[in-house]
Amino acid sequence: MSTGCSLLGCGIDEEHAYEQSAYEGPLARWCPGCGDHMILAVTQRLLFEHQLRPEQVVFVSGIGCSSRFPHYMKTYGFHGIHGRALPVATGIKLTRPDLHVFTVMGDGDCCSIGAAHWIHAIRYNVDMVAMLLDNNIYGLTKNQTSPTTPQGHPSNTQPRGSYLPALNPLTATLGVTNASFVAQTADWVPGHLHATLEAAYRHKGFAFVRILQRCPVWTPAIFRDAAQDPKRNEILVDSKGIRDADTEKLGGKIVPHDPSDLHAARRLAEDGGVVRLGLFYRDESKPRYDETRHQPVFAAEERIRILDEEFDRHAV
Amino acid sequence: MSTTTTTPPRARVQRSKEHILEVVSDSGEGAQKCGQSFGAVSAKMGNGAWTVEIIPAEIQPPPRTPGSASGVRIRIGEREVTNWGDEADLCVAFNEQVLLSRHRLGALKEDATILVENMWATHDDPLVRKAWEGAMEELSGRSYRIVGVPMEEQCLAVTDNPKRGKNMFILGLLAWIYDRDMERVREQIALQFRKKSKEVYEKNVELMDLGARWAEANLDFRVEVKAVPPSAPMVVMNGNQALGMGAMAAGLDLCAMYPITPATSVSHYLGEVFESVGGIVHQAEDEIAAIGAAIGASYAGKVAFTVTSGPGLALKTEFIGLAVMTETPLVIIDVQRGGPSTGLPTKVEQSDLLAAMFGQPGDAPKVILAPSTIEECFHCMVTARRIAEALRCVVIVLSDANLATGVQPFPRPRLDPRWQAAQPDPAPVPEGMRPYEWDERLGLSRRFVPGQPGGMFVATGLCHDEGSKVTYAPEVNQKGCEMRSRKVATFQQTLLPPPVVGPAEGDLLLLGWGSTKGAIEEAAERARGEGLRVSSAHLSFLSPLQPGLPELCRRFRQVMTVEINYSDRADAPFVAPESRRLGQLAYVLRGQLLLDVDCWTRVPGEPLRPGRILEAIREKLSKGVAR
Repeated sequence: MSTGCSLLGCGIDEEHAYEQSAYEGPLARWCPGCGDHMILAVTQRLLFEHQLRPEQVVFVSGIGCSSRFPHYMKTYGFHGIHGRALPVATGIKLTRPDLHVFTVMGDGDCCSIGAAHWIHAIRYNVDMVAMLLDNNIYGLTKNQTSPTTPQGHPSNTQPRGSYLPALNPLTATLGVTNASFVAQTADWVPGHLHATLEAAYRHKGFAFVRILQRCPVWTPAIFRDAAQDPKRNEILVDSKGIRDADTEKLGGKIVPHDPSDLHAARRLAEDGGVVRLGLFYRDESKPRYDETRHQPVFAAEERIRILDEEFDRHAV
Repeated sequence: MSTTTTTPPRARVQRSKEHILEVVSDSGEGAQKCGQSFGAVSAKMGNGAWTVEIIPAEIQPPPRTPGSASGVRIRIGEREVTNWGDEADLCVAFNEQVLLSRHRLGALKEDATILVENMWATHDDPLVRKAWEGAMEELSGRSYRIVGVPMEEQCLAVTDNPKRGKNMFILGLLAWIYDRDMERVREQIALQFRKKSKEVYEKNVELMDLGARWAEANLDFRVEVKAVPPSAPMVVMNGNQALGMGAMAAGLDLCAMYPITPATSVSHYLGEVFESVGGIVHQAEDEIAAIGAAIGASYAGKVAFTVTSGPGLALKTEFIGLAVMTETPLVIIDVQRGGPSTGLPTKVEQSDLLAAMFGQPGDAPKVILAPSTIEECFHCMVTARRIAEALRCVVIVLSDANLATGVQPFPRPRLDPRWQAAQPDPAPVPEGMRPYEWDERLGLSRRFVPGQPGGMFVATGLCHDEGSKVTYAPEVNQKGCEMRSRKVATFQQTLLPPPVVGPAEGDLLLLGWGSTKGAIEEAAERARGEGLRVSSAHLSFLSPLQPGLPELCRRFRQVMTVEINYSDRADAPFVAPESRRLGQLAYVLRGQLLLDVDCWTRVPGEPLRPGRILEAIREKLSKGVAR
């Protein structure tokens, strides 16, 4: 270890190489065919490629199918309460900037019960990868309408079909002041998923990645066309964007898009009945709350000395 | 009654062991600043002092209305002063309407001296003159001694904006009445205006001097409350500042909060100074996010705290349960206010005890402690942090609005670096050790922190075993509950019985907790002075309870809690044992220890007055029922 202290070192442990298995926890218990399996595998691969020290990585989640994610990693994890992954992740990164923080949320988690935290986490722009595993439905509680459920799609709570147009997480995120990284990918294009998570990991700030995720049990039809007929999709490409040759070869429309163009990003994020994958927006110059608020660590004696001076102000 | 003054008579000096004065103005006229400065100077001179704010509920209520009354009460004494006392001896009012507010609340003694701005008596507006006359008529029912003071007229000699200068004029006037050390008064003004220019400071000193000169020339009385300069160094501050300083002394790293009255000023104070010791005040997007960030920081190896009041505590409920379940150390300060719901945001109550204790679904054992003085507000934070870390548990500190704004001098603490939390230790976790490897006898386990090689685990709110593996096996859930409970039981073994103030046996024992300590002890002492056999004991820990309570209670014929929360009078219409709502500590003592404890509680939106407690003691001892 070159740094001497693992708390100060970030990322790569120069002493020994980690196998991919160093990041793999127990066998995932998601349903067969669930898109989460692929997202998990690609994420583990990302950590392996970067040779991150497993003890320097924290996966934070809320409640839902996707929020079981940390249990299947062999890193530190915090599996909290419904909708509240982001505040916990913010607290971790704010006080332990040396840790790599990944937040995994579902669409109910992020866009419904935790929507307030989502908006503010975008604005805080704390350095982390925020993964929205969006299957357009509540899966764990068995088939209830989520904010991203397509209008008209039936569920157990809205059997005559979802009453409202679906919330668009991309336009919502792009509409928040201080958004710094917004991308969309899908579980069925592993190369693109990998390239997207790679870009998100490298981004300094709050990297929001919406991952379209198939639920074979409750919403098998929702992404069927997009997955089976990739020609219907559009791939946003740019030299500064996310590139994946395999995905670009699938025949989808290649749409050049400069990710520094916020207006174009917002336009492209509008639905229009087509699935668009790629980097919508990135701006690393946006202020980061974790950086702005960073405090050095003071020794106990030093703190006590300063506090004692503070007492002078209150002295009788 | 005279509303004007003429030639200065020779001032008669009233000698008194203690005195209560109030300064009230329209909101925004600075009576609070004036009163706080007076209190601080008195404390510095060696008087016992207790200062408490009189706060209007609105930010800018219409001026010259009773609802606009904003100000401060200061009780000074020869000895230590532990509470705000009963009725005031002296009241300075910037207009007759705010004076009426204090009169109507019964805040003033029957023969109180009142110094009131007299410009309103001769105001151009006939409605104002009429209001003045009406007020004087209403006040004439008591034997107040009312003295008119031409505050505005006098201040005009020094400033174009007397509305903003009157408070310093009054500070000078009070300084003369109570014979305060003028050098200290000037120092206090300098401290108050340290961020302003020299010119501003000098202008305020000029106004203060003017007030003192006017008083000397026009008032016929002075008050002497002997001050003995303290032998040990003292400090003076309010309870919320003390909590903030305590957080720093404890080495807490993060204060995650959301604004809520009356807790917010903890973060105002810390916002100014916390960064100087490497701390962060994180104003989160809501109460839930505030505790979430604190839990995140604590999980990551720091010890964080969140500060809130009743409605915020309610919002934090689910996260509190998560901290209990994941055994994440966490300190929560609840500065209690009147409830339920939005209730009395600026006023004191002790109504969150049961919510703190039982607010979470499922069994969520935690430690609850309650400071009873400003000094304890400071020290309890060090205690709370240590318990939270040693037990990997949630510690709730129940303060309240009385302590939050009450200002009291106390001995300057001798700070100790060992009070500080240690930084996360990156040493590898011993091979094979598990994240909840409970010592079965103690319920304690070692905390793993991200960054420690070999300690990787997932903290989860789901039922989990020693390895934090999720399982719903019946014996695992049973054991997890047992272990989280046992560590609190283990901790209880370290507590001492609450000390009894007064004889160890008698006819009535008063039990209290939190900010009421001073008032209860004073009431009991006065009762003993009347020959009644009354003692009191005050609990610092509410969960778990301190030992020795049954033995203690057995030595008294009757036991009664005194609390600022709602209970039904036992003789109220339709109230039966099955329906009677009890004081919250009474519920706990009866339920936990099968003690026959009665309660006397009130929710007046103000601290309990010792005189009122004394009446309840007399009532209880004469009839067996406290009304």
